[in-house]
Amino acid sequence: MNAMDRIGASAIKRTKFVTAVSEIARNALIYGGGGVMTFHLHKLAGRPSVLAECVDHGPGIADVDRALQDGYTTGKGLGLGLSGARRLVDRFAIETLPGEGTTVIMECGAR
Amino acid sequence: MALATIIQNEFDQILANWMRDQGREGVRRTDVVSARESEAQSRELLQALARALRDTRSDDTFDFSNPGWDPVREALEHISQTRTESGVSPTEMAWFIASIKQSIFTILSQRNADDPKLLIDQVWMVTKIVDQMALHAISAYVDQREAIIERQQSEMTEVSAPVVKIWDRIVTVPLLGTVDSFRAQTVMENLLQAIVEREAEVAIIDITGVSTVDTMVAQHLLKTAAAVRLMGAECVISGISPKIAQTIVHLGVDLPNVVTRGDLQSGLSYAFERLGVKIGG
Ligand SMILES: Nc1ncnc2c1ncn2[C@@H]1O[C@H](COP(=O)(O)OP(=O)(O)O)[C@@H](O)[C@H]1O
Ligand SMILES: [Mg+2]
Repeated sequence: MNAMDRIGASAIKRTKFVTAVSEIARNALIYGGGGVMTFHLHKLAGRPSVLAECVDHGPGIADVDRALQDGYTTGKGLGLGLSGARRLVDRFAIETLPGEGTTVIMECGAR
Repeated sequence: MALATIIQNEFDQILANWMRDQGREGVRRTDVVSARESEAQSRELLQALARALRDTRSDDTFDFSNPGWDPVREALEHISQTRTESGVSPTEMAWFIASIKQSIFTILSQRNADDPKLLIDQVWMVTKIVDQMALHAISAYVDQREAIIERQQSEMTEVSAPVVKIWDRIVTVPLLGTVDSFRAQTVMENLLQAIVEREAEVAIIDITGVSTVDTMVAQHLLKTAAAVRLMGAECVISGISPKIAQTIVHLGVDLPNVVTRGDLQSGLSYAFERLGVKIGG
């Protein structure tokens, strides 16, 4: 992950962020019918960070609170992708509209 | 008499002599290329040669890259391919082509005995052509070998999940790189198979080489561990680095009934302990 190198992220931060990105990307692929992930260098509380934005135009999530619960899945997964990713990063935001798609934003600092 | 004419007229004799020479020079690999296949290939090549000689100007302007020589190059590539696949060495390949010279020379010296000047020119011509043919066959051989090696390498890295029996009743398998569902499935199948064949009681999956453990990888590990237990063996996952451990905890993944260890050595000593193996006397 190049962007994480650029902000001099620690190994543990990098592993966490890469794992979270992997979860959200797979969701976009499996449930969102494919999407686009972009990375930006950003600032979080005045310190350098990396921001990942994943956009898909799939069916959206009807009940986000429920989808964010540990163990909830409508597929065959562990149901820990969304909730786990949220715990792995420093900032997590999800925006979704049924029938329109889903956007997940995750941000992570260097330490 | 012109070269093309001689080869055309004396085709059967040249082919017969060539086949005989192949046997004599030990270039006929009867173990990997059957006599019939060898004869068919020799005939194919000689026919292509006769045709090219007829259709091109075989004087000083001889140029092997001329389109007139296409059939010869194609025949060589075809022969080279079948021989590469059956494990013939490049030297044997070159000898097979080069041995055609003798049979042509013999006929030439019979037909043009009265014209030494022409004979020398023709021998020189044939030498040039056959050398080019041998070179082409070798380069085709090398290309094909490279393609085979490349294919084997990618197949190996893609599919290989070598399950190793490291001790009596202990098998281990490394999980490497990016774990997709296909590879995870391969590892699981190989591991379960090995447990049966090696009568293993402990199976160690070493994930030191795995870069990311997300919920999908974790799910595959859980499934594999469950299957291992169903086979009556115990599953140990080793090589869980502190980074990966923390990540798994944050994800909220629980690995119940799975013994986990930081590195392969610790995984092994756990297995030894389990099986009552005494180390170091
Ligand atoms: N991009 C998305 N589009 C539509 N639905 C989604 C998307 N991401 C997650 N979901 C829904 O949220 C549920 C929970 O997701 P997650 O926590 O990653 O668990 P899992 O992938 O194991 O199902 C999914 O089963 C799915 O119904
Ligand atoms: Mg998921």
